[in-house]
Amino acid sequence: MARRVTRTRKWAVTIVAWVIGILIFFPILWTILTSFKTEGEAVAMPPSLLFFDWTLENYREVQQRSNYFMHFLNSVTISLGSTAIGLVIAIPAAWAMAFQPTKRTKDLLMWMLSTKMMPAVGVLVPIYLIFRDTGLLDSRLGLTIILTLIDLPIIIWMLYTYFKEIPGEILEAARMDGATLVAEIVHVLTPMAIPGIASTLLLNVILAWNEAFWTLNLTAAQAAPLTAFIASYSSPEGLFYAKLSAASTMAIAPILILGWFSQKQLVRGLTFGAVK
Amino acid sequence: MSTYHSRAAGRLMVAPSVILLFLWMIVPLGLTIYFSFLHYNLLMPGTETWTGFLNYQYFLTDPAFFTAIVNTLVIVVGVLIITIVGGVLLALLLDQPMFGQGILRILVISPFFVMPTVSALIWKNMFMNPVSGLLAFLQKSMGFQPHDWLAATPLLAIIIIVAWQWLPFATLILLTALQSLDEEQREAAEMDGAGPVSRFIYIVMPHLGRAVTVVILIQTIFLLSVFAEILVTTNGGPGTDSTNLAYLVYAQALLQYDVGGASAGGVVAVILANIVAIFLMRMIGRTLEA
Repeated sequence: MARRVTRTRKWAVTIVAWVIGILIFFPILWTILTSFKTEGEAVAMPPSLLFFDWTLENYREVQQRSNYFMHFLNSVTISLGSTAIGLVIAIPAAWAMAFQPTKRTKDLLMWMLSTKMMPAVGVLVPIYLIFRDTGLLDSRLGLTIILTLIDLPIIIWMLYTYFKEIPGEILEAARMDGATLVAEIVHVLTPMAIPGIASTLLLNVILAWNEAFWTLNLTAAQAAPLTAFIASYSSPEGLFYAKLSAASTMAIAPILILGWFSQKQLVRGLTFGAVK
Repeated sequence: MSTYHSRAAGRLMVAPSVILLFLWMIVPLGLTIYFSFLHYNLLMPGTETWTGFLNYQYFLTDPAFFTAIVNTLVIVVGVLIITIVGGVLLALLLDQPMFGQGILRILVISPFFVMPTVSALIWKNMFMNPVSGLLAFLQKSMGFQPHDWLAATPLLAIIIIVAWQWLPFATLILLTALQSLDEEQREAAEMDGAGPVSRFIYIVMPHLGRAVTVVILIQTIFLLSVFAEILVTTNGGPGTDSTNLAYLVYAQALLQYDVGGASAGGVVAVILANIVAIFLMRMIGRTLEA
């Protein structure tokens, strides 16, 4: 008897949860579907959910009219570039703070975090002027530098919380066995640190890909990544829902898939280890 | 000897990060503060003069400033209410045994990975448009007059868009916290005859309290500077109806070229964010000790 109740209950929970889940996901689903419609069908009332003439025309036209691929490459360059540079700078720092903590390590970590709390508008004006005067405005290099700086605290923090979980005894044991510092890093630490580094990389690529304050303010035609490119669709020009949907689908698809793999790290990275 | 060496090595390894972050924090912020005391317009280069607190006086007495502060707070509070209440309910729901839990979880967290400009434009055009949006279609088919979201209730529209993006974040963190709840504790309470309601109030709620605080603080930091969603939907309008502090500073600097005034606004934004940051830092600092 009790068992049947829980079974019915499980079905009820499943149905309610799926209805809500699909509602939340619906705007994304609708965008993907609209991207395969013609412009006429995209605004047709009543709208058709699945029964329309599927077409790839929009994808082709988005690429032809606006050189979509260049903006896509800008996004890739900027998000991968800033994450890679960030990791190179952050790994030694996190390593030193995790394995050789001093009295000031905690204060140092907190201070690094505090730089992340600074609102971007607080420094928009000087950064804009510095960029204008040094020719970094609308350049991939300039944007990569900025994104490296704004993500550095998160990278250091994530790496620190991962490195902290590597037991220090293992290092001592390796040292007792006469391992040199280099051997220690290559043979003992690296294999244990790689999962943490990979998670950090993943989360930061996602964050950098979606960053939409600096990308909108510091780029124009040349260096604009997808966030800024999509924003150019905000001025309506006739029938454009299907093309907007095609551009949007291509912009979010890679990161959506990466994101699904990074749920766990997301919680940890975005709460700075406060929730695991 | 070796400890001395390794300590020096440690300093050397931390140094690049510290120097970079120090420069990043001090130089632009210092310039912002300096500019905020100047009469400085980009259209009139070379005419900068020291004006003391005049920019602050203008900025703080500008009616747009008061509207922007109110709008900023309305966005923060509105989104927090929706995401926390919705997030707790969703997390409790997703924590129940059900079929297809893994896939469902993926569906629910997806909006968080959609870039702000995309989600804002999707909502603006395909859902909230009074002629060809889906919401208008639903209203019409039910016999109502379609609602022009972005013209009539721009702030509400922005709150809905931003809440859709942040609901997955709150849900995911609360769900993670919920799953770390000690199952034995829950069972023990059940054995002692505690009903589902009292179990929720005395066991689940206190456990979630910490995660809720973290969600509130982190979201507040981000929500104080909502920008892209406003830029691509309403441009702060109609009038200044949907202008928040971040958008006001942007408009002052890059649309009106008033560097001094914008900088004063930037300083105000920094002060506002710092008030929240102090509480957040304390919370995170406590977890470092544990």
